[in-house]
Amino acid sequence: MRVGVFICHCGNNIAGTVDVAKVAEETRKIPGVAYATTYMYTCSEPGQEEIKEAIKREKLDRIVVAACSPRMHELTFRRTIEKAGLNRYFFEMANIREHVSWIGENRELNTKKAIEAVRMAVAKVMQNKPLYSSSFKINKRVLVIGGGVAGMQAALDCADGGLEVVLVEKSPSVGGMMARLDKTFPTVDCSICILGPKMVDVAQHEKIKLYAFSEIEDIKGYVGNYQIKIKKKATYVDWSKCTGCGACMEKCPSKNAYDAFNFGVAPTRAINIPFPQAIPKKAKIDPKYCRQFTKGKCGVCAKICPTKAINYEMVDEIVTEEVGAIIVATGYSLIDMEKLPEYGGGKYPDVISGIQYERLLNASGPTAGHIVRPSDHEEPKTIVFVSCAGSRDKSIGIPYCSNFCCMYIAKQAILTKDHIPDSQSYVFYMDIRSPGKGYDEFTRRAQEEYGVHYIRGRVSRIYPKGKKMVVRGADTLLGTQVEIEADLVVLGTAVVANSDAAHMAEKLHISYDTSGFYVESHPKLRPVETNTSGVFLAGACQGPKDIPASVGQGSAAASKVQALFSKDMLESDPAIARVNINTCVGCLKCVSTCPFQAIKDKELKDGRVVADVIETVCAGCGVCTSTCPCGAIQLQHFTDNQLLAEVNALCQM
Amino acid sequence: MPDVALQQELRIIGFLCNWCSYGGADTAGVSRFKQPTDLRIIRVPCSGRVDPLFVVKALLNGADGVLVSGCHPRDCHYSDGNFYARRRLEMLKRLLPFLGIDDRRFHYTWVSASEGARWQETVTNFTKRLHELGPLQLKKEVSS
Amino acid sequence: MKWQKFSKDLKENQTGMVEKEYGYYAGCSLEGTASEYDTSLRVVLNTLGVKFREPDDWSCCGSTPAHTVDHVLAAALAARNLSIVEKSGLDTIIAPCPSCMTVLKKAQYNMKGSDDFAAKVNQLLDEPYNLGVETKSALQILLEDVGLEAIEKKVTHIFPDLKVAPYYGCILTRPPQLAQFDDPENPVSMDKILSAAKINVCDFAFKLECCGAAFGVPKRDMVNRLTYKVLSMAIDAGANCIAVACPLCQQNLDLRQEQVNRTMGSSFNIPVLYFSQILGLAFGFSPKEVALDKLVVGADNLLKNRLTVEEWEKMREAEAQAKKQKGKKAIEKDEQSTEETE
Repeated sequence: MRVGVFICHCGNNIAGTVDVAKVAEETRKIPGVAYATTYMYTCSEPGQEEIKEAIKREKLDRIVVAACSPRMHELTFRRTIEKAGLNRYFFEMANIREHVSWIGENRELNTKKAIEAVRMAVAKVMQNKPLYSSSFKINKRVLVIGGGVAGMQAALDCADGGLEVVLVEKSPSVGGMMARLDKTFPTVDCSICILGPKMVDVAQHEKIKLYAFSEIEDIKGYVGNYQIKIKKKATYVDWSKCTGCGACMEKCPSKNAYDAFNFGVAPTRAINIPFPQAIPKKAKIDPKYCRQFTKGKCGVCAKICPTKAINYEMVDEIVTEEVGAIIVATGYSLIDMEKLPEYGGGKYPDVISGIQYERLLNASGPTAGHIVRPSDHEEPKTIVFVSCAGSRDKSIGIPYCSNFCCMYIAKQAILTKDHIPDSQSYVFYMDIRSPGKGYDEFTRRAQEEYGVHYIRGRVSRIYPKGKKMVVRGADTLLGTQVEIEADLVVLGTAVVANSDAAHMAEKLHISYDTSGFYVESHPKLRPVETNTSGVFLAGACQGPKDIPASVGQGSAAASKVQALFSKDMLESDPAIARVNINTCVGCLKCVSTCPFQAIKDKELKDGRVVADVIETVCAGCGVCTSTCPCGAIQLQHFTDNQLLAEVNALCQM
Repeated sequence: MPDVALQQELRIIGFLCNWCSYGGADTAGVSRFKQPTDLRIIRVPCSGRVDPLFVVKALLNGADGVLVSGCHPRDCHYSDGNFYARRRLEMLKRLLPFLGIDDRRFHYTWVSASEGARWQETVTNFTKRLHELGPLQLKKEVSS
Repeated sequence: MKWQKFSKDLKENQTGMVEKEYGYYAGCSLEGTASEYDTSLRVVLNTLGVKFREPDDWSCCGSTPAHTVDHVLAAALAARNLSIVEKSGLDTIIAPCPSCMTVLKKAQYNMKGSDDFAAKVNQLLDEPYNLGVETKSALQILLEDVGLEAIEKKVTHIFPDLKVAPYYGCILTRPPQLAQFDDPENPVSMDKILSAAKINVCDFAFKLECCGAAFGVPKRDMVNRLTYKVLSMAIDAGANCIAVACPLCQQNLDLRQEQVNRTMGSSFNIPVLYFSQILGLAFGFSPKEVALDKLVVGADNLLKNRLTVEEWEKMREAEAQAKKQKGKKAIEKDEQSTEETE
């Protein structure tokens, strides 16, 4: 066995705090190591060439690279040695950057640690066996979860590329947050006018199967072959009959239902179509408010419906879809205003959130585009906008910036002036964050052309005084306290993850951060991939994002799926469990512990029963290996011998 | 932390799951969260892959402490591998004193890929704890 | 410093049973300017069956001046008292004065957070303090340990004319990592306790505003302005009485009203009571028994209308009956309109 070890300087990243020459010198003393050298950037093209040449020159049959994290470059180097004719599993990485040079300050101790890391990797690689992947067929259908602008873009791009798409949206209509906006910054385009055609495309595209008012119940399978259970929630209206005429909504006697689409700005009917441009334009009953459900009698809508679509007996339905990849575009929520008691959120009717104000501005909103105070329906003249309402506030657990509030507040201030020319808007801000194309010019316009008064400082308290709301804050540029008597206060409420984001992540087996946003594979280089192959991210479920960024990610995720589906067969990871039928005693403990039901019992010719791994189902977790009482089932590449070789390498030092 | 580094290094082995904790340790590295240097990390696909015997073997063969870290419960890349890990490792923790090993020398925890700071805290605290206990001297711990 | 996440859902005692005995740290105010707080709180605690005793030989907590001079010495003043309580075998101390409470909690917090600091403090003490005493405000004891239900059970009298603005002042719930009680920006504990005692409580936006008390001597004009704001907001909120839980707040809002009226041209005449005085009255004690005679702005007018719970319930029943009649008509009307649409 001739092991070659390549120790990377990674510029100064490793060599700065690790004596790489010493590591190489010590490595050469390890039995089995035939060659050890250092290189400035091993992952560079000449670096990889050096490995290939050394394999031939030194007749190396096992390779160790001591460099960065294997999560970063394991695949790169596996390909390199494969090109040089070695099996790709005759390779190990020693992580001496993230786990050594970047976290330790003492050069001597770091060097010692790096040497031991290499020693462990050498011990493991000497135990490695060649592994060969097999290929399996993939189901070229894609599931998109969430029908906001990111999800719709992803669905349309996939469908236009010829893939069959299953789009699941939990609310009754696609469109998401963008459908609620009045205008978009910085062009002041009508939001629904540019989104509407996309929504219609989604509904009419022959390759897109839309499940509105549906939720993901369960996800089983792996990249290429997922089985999805979708719960179609009961709408109590047969959508195959409903024509969206709206007669039921007009006559419904229950007039105080909560309007989720309008964020409760005004009540709606118990049976409703959320907004005029809704896709699908179908009615649904909210049983919390419907008199037929709450009082057991009414039936007005059933009588009035011209197509007899009402069905009070309807129940949730579960359907199953099979797909090969998943795009997650579940979007975001806004912080509950009651979490901001100093601003009187949820307590004073004239303190509203930005999205509620958006609905007041919108011509198809509950006030038909007239700005009125919720308390007395009078037109406000003094409007105060509070940015960072919850954002960048560690004390309520939201340390991050919500990304787009600065911009939409500037837009809303401009629109306010358009709607009410004799109004005066004030904006309290911490910093104006306007880094997009044309964004800074836009916020400048708000100040210079529209006379919006920007005050740099935070608001400490909002309280009522007669009919007015007094906004008290600091003006840090003037160094004084300011109090503004406002008619209406709009809070730029913080963007937060959906309340069920964690639950969804658990179904998808993807990670989420402490704020509940999904974690991408690499923050710079793999922004739409997750660590679970076959699952991709788009839009604000990964972090607060404005429309162009969400659309960009939707397209990016779609192109990733296209790339994945460009082959007919996928190569399986050969690092899966394998049974040694000679030592298996047939206790079948592994069968009951396997999280994927990937192990079955099998009867041999001699009548003996042993465990048998279904190759395409095994995900390679290794739970079975640590369950097996006689070591008969071994997870390839992480066998007992391989891991114990690492332990022993350490303990013998 | 510096006072830990100045002492004689101990032999601490960490078994980290590939998806969460190994990523968390990477995140700590990328964020340059300084840590004591005693820990050596072995990458495993899942904390459920960690056979309690690995831990025992490490401790009997010369390790002074063993740390196992996986994904948070319910957040396992393999559905419920970490539940198996939790059950086995908790059993092991209670068994260690019978082998004459102080159970504080073994610790299992959950760190996600985004929790670099939590990883730093975990490593620092565990290393500090082991330095308080000193090197594992099997005969001595058995007799005491 | 990592800020503890505070919870809006207050813990409440469900059983209403208080078994243990508490230390009672009156502090200097309650022996002097705020003796009515002391008198009334003792009456309330006794009624609710809370056992408490004053620590022997307690000393000054250090309050505001000490920590501006030396943090270790200031903590030692507080820790001495905590140590006495600890030695006497108690694990919780009631500190009715928020100033005392903050100082005691701060000493505990800092000593717990740093062994080094704790050692320095303990060096100054005769008996080292082992961090075994929790400090709670009177409100916290009533809400968490006694419970609203127990309070409600003891109510014998109702004052229908009383409309109370609960005023918490600046330090009762802040800073949150020290107080560990109620919401630092929108406290509701006093609202809840008074409501449990069937007192009308109004939504008071300035419940946390600074009254300026600490600057009463050097910056009188500023304090007048701040006090004016608090008082006028209470009136705007529809209150005819302010409830407080801090001797300094009470003194400032009550004693200074005359001065405010003179300088700001106002005509305030709004009584400022300790919440414990109000509770005592609701529990059936006489104004004298809760030392109401110590107020500068008298509350007699508001207390004239005094009903027993039975009388009050009868009255409410009658009101509800009338309302029901009205409601029935409305529903009938509603149903008619529904039928019309059909």
